[in-house]
Amino acid sequence: MPTGRITITLEVNGTPRVIAVDPRTTLLDALRECLGLTGTKKGCDHGECGACTVLLDGRRINACLTLAVMQEGHRVTTIEGLASGAALHPVQTAFLAQDAFQCGFCTPGQILSAVGCIAEGRATTRETIREGMSGNLCRCSAYPEIVEAVFLAATQPGSP
Amino acid sequence: MIPVQFDYVRATSLNDALKTLAGGDGTKVIAGGHSLIPLLRFRLAQPAKLLDIAGIKELSGISEYKRGLRIGAATTYRDILDSALVRDRYQVMMDATSGIGDVQVRNRGTIGGGVAHADPAADMPGVLLALGASFNLRSKRGKRVVAARDFFQGTFATALAEDELLIDMVVPPLPRGGASAYVSIEQAASGYALAGAAVVVKCSRKTVTECSLALTGLSDRAFLAEAAAKLLVGTKADPDTLQRVGAAAVEGIEITGDIHAPAEYRRHLAAVVVGRAIRAAIDRV
Ligand SMILES: Cc1cc2nc3c(=O)[nH]c(=O)nc-3n(C[C@H](O)[C@H](O)[C@H](O)COP(=O)(O)OP(=O)(O)OC[C@H]3O[C@@H](n4cnc5c(N)ncnc54)[C@H](O)[C@@H]3O)c2cc1C
Ligand code: FES
Ligand code: FES
Repeated sequence: MPTGRITITLEVNGTPRVIAVDPRTTLLDALRECLGLTGTKKGCDHGECGACTVLLDGRRINACLTLAVMQEGHRVTTIEGLASGAALHPVQTAFLAQDAFQCGFCTPGQILSAVGCIAEGRATTRETIREGMSGNLCRCSAYPEIVEAVFLAATQPGSP
Repeated sequence: MIPVQFDYVRATSLNDALKTLAGGDGTKVIAGGHSLIPLLRFRLAQPAKLLDIAGIKELSGISEYKRGLRIGAATTYRDILDSALVRDRYQVMMDATSGIGDVQVRNRGTIGGGVAHADPAADMPGVLLALGASFNLRSKRGKRVVAARDFFQGTFATALAEDELLIDMVVPPLPRGGASAYVSIEQAASGYALAGAAVVVKCSRKTVTECSLALTGLSDRAFLAEAAAKLLVGTKADPDTLQRVGAAAVEGIEITGDIHAPAEYRRHLAAVVVGRAIRAAIDRV
């Protein structure tokens, strides 16, 4: 018989967190339901929409397609962890400046994905941004503004 | 929530993993989880226990091996794309990998997971067939080597036994002066291939002297099209020849028809991708 809950330690937004989870819990559900970090969204729960994008050890991944128990000792960054105090992350500022959302549901995933995209060095032209951001769908279709926001964040002085 | 409960253990070493798999208690390996977690959600897999292989060092990484490559099973697509060895020598693998899913999927999904899952529309099986790769398998019972051509046995069916772990894939060097390419027509939502062709060619004064051709997405498994590849040898890959090769590539194959593409359309796409992949490879020679 399955043993039930497993206790794991993972670093979320710079803070070590200890949680006891059923092995079936995805990282997405653990963030939202065990840790109350509801900024990370659940769109499809199948790896197709990117709403659940977080950074795992600095790489962007879909939190709905990985189990929380697999993340023992790993580092997770969510939308709640991007700003430093009142100062928004440059990508957040760029999304505001370019009005890169309508309903906002996809936005946390878009922003985390953009941070990853820029860090990978993929955000050099609008073309590479479109390809690099293709894992994030926006049902409101704010794509032109999203591309501009990522381009702005990637090219402004002091960008991440 | 995934409906059926299971246990979870993290392998501490290769030996530890093989011991757990030998237990015969319904243990299933999990690598990136990008194919397995969806199956668990739909109750299409109901393992009693998941064995996480992410911590086993021997299973990931790319290294030079007998003038070719050795690719660990748990190597992510991201690490393949970042590898200078792959970029410099195996364009066919770069082409295919860069089209798998999206960046988030490639950051987590592993080549060994894709191969062991054996989705008939996966991109990498065709590539490994065309390259003549062989797979190292290991269990408590021993080691064995299985050629790619004997590994893929049907939809989600491979030569892997329940207690066996895929360790790595060995890819031989391309023929001297050869070149390669992969071209697919994708299902727009997922990126999976409706039809994909992987090609390795060698030419002498614009005439093809060697060719290896494999297709994916078209039937229950990826397959080598050896008779079709022979038709190309000795030609200059003119449009008529490419048509003939494209038709021959699917001769005798039971082509899949589904909501994404009826069989006749897939047959048409097969000829398109075969032609384009051959041209792309020749242009790189
Ligand atoms: C949104 C999305 C889009 C995708 N698009 C594409 C695409 O365009 N083309 C494509 O080819 N694929 C695509 N994929 C599939 C993706 O490539 C696979 O999910 C991935 O390759 C599987 O690797 P994994 O590490 O996630 O495997 P897992 O899900 O962890 O495992 C898959 C299977 O392999 C077994 N397994 C894993 N490793 C081993 C091992 N070392 N030895 C023995 N058995 C093992 C597991 O037990 C399981 O049965 C897509 C997936 C998603 C979610
Ligand atoms: S919720 Fe994870 S990709 Fe859609
Ligand atoms: S802003 Fe509404 S889904 Fe993107």
